[in-house]
Amino acid sequence: MNASQDKLLAKVTQADYKYGFYTDIETDAFAKGLNEDVVRQISGKKNEPGFMLDFRLKAYSHWKTMKMPEWAHLTIPEIDYQDIIYYAAPLQKPTLGSLDEVDPELLRTFEKLGIPLEEQKLLSGVAVDAVMDSISVKTTFKETLAELGVIFCPMSEAIREYPDLAKKYIGSVVPYTDNFFAALNSAVFSDGSFCYIPKGVRCPMELSTYFRINMANTGQFERTLIIAEDDSYVSYLEGCTAPVRDNNQLHAAVVEIVVLDNAEVKYSTVQNWYPGDKNGKGGIYNFVTKRGLCKGDHSKISWNQVETGSAITWKYPSCILKGNHTTGEFYSVAITNNYQQADTGTKMIHIGKNSRSTIISKGISAGHGQNSFRSLVKVLKTADNVRNFTQCDSLLMGDQCGAHTFPYIEVENDSAVLEHEATTSRIGEDQIFYCNQRGIDTENAIGLIINGYAREVLNKLPMEFAVEAQKLLQISLEGSVG
Amino acid sequence: MNLLTSVTEIKQQIIEQFEKHADELYNGTGNRINRFRKQALDDFNRLGIPTAKNENYRYTPVDRFLQGSYDLDLKANPFRIEPEDVFKCNIPELDTDVLLFLNGFYYGSGRPLNVPDGVVICSLNEASERHPDIFQAHYSKYASTSEDGLVAMNTLFARDGIFIYLPDDAVLRRPLQIINLSHSFNNLRITRRNLVVAGKNTAASLVICDHTLCEQSYHINSLTEIVLDDHSHIDYTRIQNENNLSAQINNVFVNQQSGSLFNSHIITLHAGLSRNNFYVNLMAPFCESNLYGLFLCDRKQHVANYTLMNHDSPDCLSNQLFKGILDDEATGTFNGKIHVRKDAQKTRAYQRNNNILLSSASKMNSKPHLEIYADDVKCSHGATTGQLDNEALFYARTRGISEKEARHLLMYAFANEIVSEISVDILRERIIEMIDKRLRGELSRCNNCDIHCTS
Amino acid sequence: MLEIKNLHVNIEGKEILKGIDLHVRAGEIHAIMGPNGSGKSTLASAIAGKDIVEITEGEINYMGENLKDMNPEDRARKGLFLGFQYPVEIPGVSLVNFMKTAINENRKFKGLEPISASEFLKMMNEKQELVGLHAKLTSRSVNEGFSGGEKKRNEIFQMAMLEPLLAILDETDSGLDIDAMKIVANGVNKLKRSYNATILITHYQRLLDYVIPDFVHVLYKGRIVRSGEKELAQELEEKGYEWIEEEV
Repeated sequence: MNASQDKLLAKVTQADYKYGFYTDIETDAFAKGLNEDVVRQISGKKNEPGFMLDFRLKAYSHWKTMKMPEWAHLTIPEIDYQDIIYYAAPLQKPTLGSLDEVDPELLRTFEKLGIPLEEQKLLSGVAVDAVMDSISVKTTFKETLAELGVIFCPMSEAIREYPDLAKKYIGSVVPYTDNFFAALNSAVFSDGSFCYIPKGVRCPMELSTYFRINMANTGQFERTLIIAEDDSYVSYLEGCTAPVRDNNQLHAAVVEIVVLDNAEVKYSTVQNWYPGDKNGKGGIYNFVTKRGLCKGDHSKISWNQVETGSAITWKYPSCILKGNHTTGEFYSVAITNNYQQADTGTKMIHIGKNSRSTIISKGISAGHGQNSFRSLVKVLKTADNVRNFTQCDSLLMGDQCGAHTFPYIEVENDSAVLEHEATTSRIGEDQIFYCNQRGIDTENAIGLIINGYAREVLNKLPMEFAVEAQKLLQISLEGSVG
Repeated sequence: MNLLTSVTEIKQQIIEQFEKHADELYNGTGNRINRFRKQALDDFNRLGIPTAKNENYRYTPVDRFLQGSYDLDLKANPFRIEPEDVFKCNIPELDTDVLLFLNGFYYGSGRPLNVPDGVVICSLNEASERHPDIFQAHYSKYASTSEDGLVAMNTLFARDGIFIYLPDDAVLRRPLQIINLSHSFNNLRITRRNLVVAGKNTAASLVICDHTLCEQSYHINSLTEIVLDDHSHIDYTRIQNENNLSAQINNVFVNQQSGSLFNSHIITLHAGLSRNNFYVNLMAPFCESNLYGLFLCDRKQHVANYTLMNHDSPDCLSNQLFKGILDDEATGTFNGKIHVRKDAQKTRAYQRNNNILLSSASKMNSKPHLEIYADDVKCSHGATTGQLDNEALFYARTRGISEKEARHLLMYAFANEIVSEISVDILRERIIEMIDKRLRGELSRCNNCDIHCTS
Repeated sequence: MLEIKNLHVNIEGKEILKGIDLHVRAGEIHAIMGPNGSGKSTLASAIAGKDIVEITEGEINYMGENLKDMNPEDRARKGLFLGFQYPVEIPGVSLVNFMKTAINENRKFKGLEPISASEFLKMMNEKQELVGLHAKLTSRSVNEGFSGGEKKRNEIFQMAMLEPLLAILDETDSGLDIDAMKIVANGVNKLKRSYNATILITHYQRLLDYVIPDFVHVLYKGRIVRSGEKELAQELEEKGYEWIEEEV
């Protein structure tokens, strides 16, 4: 690395986080701390039916017996769970009839984020559920979707309006006993998105949830549930941002997906939480449990993620391939720059016969970032003719960062064919010089090379998202060449 | 076996056994070996037998193979053995210097060793007294007892083994063949402790054959420390051929200095449990280390290869290639790690694990891990688990080859990638022959010994 | 256009160029010949601004400007093109995307708007034809999986796209069969204008049968030991580099 690149590295890695503003809006928030009363109050605020409160209380008492997992390749500072606000909601009128009734400040916030909630301004074909500080503020296109029988609404509403579905599916893929963060989420989740695609319906538009943490000292615990009935299809998008703050904030979400016969769910995430400053101060702790169940035969789940934000990421979107002829996919680009840490990857549990899985992971480490890929591919005895292909590539930029891969491959069936490949590389000085010689400066050269490296994953994202992701990659990394 | 003895009970049995025989052990062994026992006892007491909760032993059920009671042999049996009489593993055409071990004790060589001046090859216990300086500088220096209970256990019971010292510039022209035999009337716990110190610009090839000569159950704990000084070259080839009731834990600690070369081949033909742990430290630039392993297992056998390749210095090269063929209810594990330290730039480190499952009840677990803290490196790993290639089988059959023969051909080709790297021609051919027989099912009992044990 | 005065260059502390003088005017074609290791590629790298090149003495002036502190992309934007001896592979980045980025960066430098999609497409087709670059290659990653000949042709294609004032082609003829070389030479000839210049760096004389140089320079052990007109190349071909060795 020569001196000019050094300077560039310094300049650009200190580039400002674009979404770091804070919206001054009236908020209804609990006092800090967690106890059984808080759990009851959250449930009360939501007018939840009794089964939901039961679920929360069981989860809470289970959580109290658990410890934070320590196996990940992460250095997590002590978290004081009594120093967090577990419920914060923008103050609003009891029910929203139309957009006119939404606080204009809120609308402006989402507009600033590039998420217009006014339907006439929306990109055609995207329905948005906007969640701020754990509360769903507005869901667009609800009526259009309702005509097809598609339910797309805040989780709290779904629990009240569709208790049978909620009771049947909440906790069915990620039980509250699953892990420390899932238990915590099960006890205190305040909202999230609910999505139900009835039999035979191909959802005509992308469904999108946009998560925003606004208030200080709050934890965000949303819970998403997607149910795809037989022969249905939906593409679902998730985006996240948060204001710049000096202290760390906790985000512990749960996503559950259930896919029945011949149905398909595509879940895409562009995760851009505030990553902390260049010295590692502040940023979101992102401890998320995402899991899909391919319950029916010939069903398919595809996880596509671009991870650029968070101070610490602990996240393994997984597929349980229970049905026969099911397909699980995981495409991921994860960047760690400055002092970010990520331990992310996937699990593919093959139970059904002829199930297939593909894992493509592209890790990029820069600055002092530590980037770990962790995967489990497990083939159970019942699962004949399983195929898996895994590729995990790491790109290192600079000599202070680290790239690690921890795959676990467990095979109990002799008809399985599994392949795993991994490479480690860096951006070559010769590549940069070649671009320079064609008149492309180093910043753009890096952007070009990074996007080339991540192309396989970016190609899997829906169009509008891919463009955003591409820009994000460049912003997150420009100049940090080694 | 529902009533398995728990790991805690096994640990207690072992500690009691040590305490019962402590006086004998201390009296029969040199002080330079004895002085590590106390720490080893503390560590073993703390660590015990590793279980699945230990990330490095996640897939290896060590305790399952340590059920029942074991005697301890504390001194060499008085009877004489002629290696040629009991055992025909020494390969006639292969011109080697043969060293014989029975139940972990050194029985010497049938004839005078043909080695350069200054080279020391003798019993470990003898070396601790006769070569105190060299011994003290290296013994138990690389094999830390504080991390793995089985390493602690070896140091706790260490009694004998091979000691090899090559002074600077010494080159052994002939391979040194070390034959480890296990033979007794009762189940036995056997400890083998070896130390190899290679000076600057030295070279040696070690061929180690492990055999059980009867159907008793053996719990063999073998540990070898190998030190390679600048520009030295050690070839380490080990053929494991032990009965189905035996459990062998084989720890190898390798410490490499500048420009040294270490090649290892572990061929596991037969064993109840065979667990090989390689800890390789590349301490100085321009080292090269190649670890190859092949295992063929069936019935309820378990073979596990564990590696930790530590790139502590820049400009080093390492290769790992481990292959396994599993049949019946056999289980296998590959657990490999490449660790590249921050300043180990220009590292090239490669790792590959390929497995073939022949039966529906066999299981394979693979953990090819990388931890990389330097950016100017070339590292890759790959792992596959699958079956014989159906296309290739069909292709062979269209050429008139029977299915059985075609399968054999493919398995053989699969294995050959490992064996073809063995540099001593005659040895390689001999191993190929043994693998061939093993694959044809003709080697279902440990081969070539005159005692036809049935297990 | 290009004026090199008493250029001394070190690479990793070792002196490779030991006082080069070279003067190239618009409309000229220069050939620089020399045996392996004489410093030909180092000279090209020094002009293009590769950072391993350390100029210890002398200077390079291009269009009246000293290149000393100019970064490689600004040199390129001012019309300096280097055809690489070993073109670099950039996985995942399609040639189309790469060229579009390069063209727009160059245009931005000149204060022009980004090129329109249709104009760009037209230009691509035109230039592809000029060098006989197969259209399918433009959708592939830059140089990845290209044959040796395709890589070299791709360099000429990029040169045609960027329309440089001074092009330095470093061993663009090496490893090519005669047909491929003719295509490369044809490209160079077609792109020749009164306002641009070309420096051909080559080991063999054969390229010079197809591109006629105005001047030939022989580089030997870091110095230009002979300069002349195109006949010098002929003489060199006949007598071999040993001849130069003896002369020196």
